[in-house]
Amino acid sequence: MINPFSLANKNILVTGASSGIGKQIAISTAAMGASVHITARDTNRLDNTLKQLGDGHHRHYLADLTIGEELDALTDSLPNLDGLVLSAGIVKTLPFKFVNHTELDTIMQTNFFSPIVLLNKLLRKKKLNKNCSVVFISSIGGNFIGAKGNSMYSASKGAINAMQKVIALELAPQKIRVNNVSPGMVRTAMLENTTAFSQEQIENDEKNYPLGYGEVTDVANAVIYLLADASKWVTGTSLLIDGGFTIQ
Amino acid sequence: MNIETFVQAFAEQFDEVPAVSFTPKTLFKENDEWSSMTALSVIAMVDENYGVRLTGDDVRKSSTVEDIYNIVLSKTNA
Repeated sequence: MINPFSLANKNILVTGASSGIGKQIAISTAAMGASVHITARDTNRLDNTLKQLGDGHHRHYLADLTIGEELDALTDSLPNLDGLVLSAGIVKTLPFKFVNHTELDTIMQTNFFSPIVLLNKLLRKKKLNKNCSVVFISSIGGNFIGAKGNSMYSASKGAINAMQKVIALELAPQKIRVNNVSPGMVRTAMLENTTAFSQEQIENDEKNYPLGYGEVTDVANAVIYLLADASKWVTGTSLLIDGGFTIQ
Repeated sequence: MNIETFVQAFAEQFDEVPAVSFTPKTLFKENDEWSSMTALSVIAMVDENYGVRLTGDDVRKSSTVEDIYNIVLSKTNA
């Protein structure tokens, strides 16, 4: 039987690939046979990810996706893609009362504008092949739940899911599919760097997850499904993976 | 920075407890209004007013307003 989850002969771009979820997506998609193109802002960490991809036609591109010229240079140097995973993201915990335009702008720039503009540029330059699969890394935040202190991040992820539905419709004639994965809390350096919560608070929060917090591989495996031909009839959807958190 | 203005800014994060009742020695977790939300507000206030990144663990190990002030002071000088 042909493996429906195989990513062989697919060129796949993964953003935010130098750490956390994006890094694991790069490693997992490479393991499933894809030629993986990775981009991030940090050279050393990007090099480190590339080394972990193993054999294959993998390439890395240093780029700050919040800068227009760097986005243009990136789109020009990429081959035509069969898959695109928009994983670059940041988080900032602030009670809503402390939110201001500058902070909101920073979050929206990285989490919403950059992935949307990158997708837009790739389309304009006809870099997405027929049957290409686009996967946003979204969140339960802003889409299924709210969490105190998380209003800016939630807004950016809610915006992704809203826009994705329309993009999915518009690109369906080209058989380009557009979906997102909406994970609950996943163990990453981002979580460890979210210093606004104490270790004790994080441990208590994990108790609210029937299956505990997720691992980066849990997200990567969901992304593999959405990238592979196994999901060729799936578009415009949010794949909720949260260890049972939102059924309660 | 001085402790008087710090205590005042700290007290502003509470809506129910009167600001005048706060002193450097106030055990700030021992009132009904203290919650994870006030903790986040204190962290945000310290970031906004003093440019210092307080952690959840800093707040957890502190008991008095002065304890927090001293952590902010040590991080300002670092």
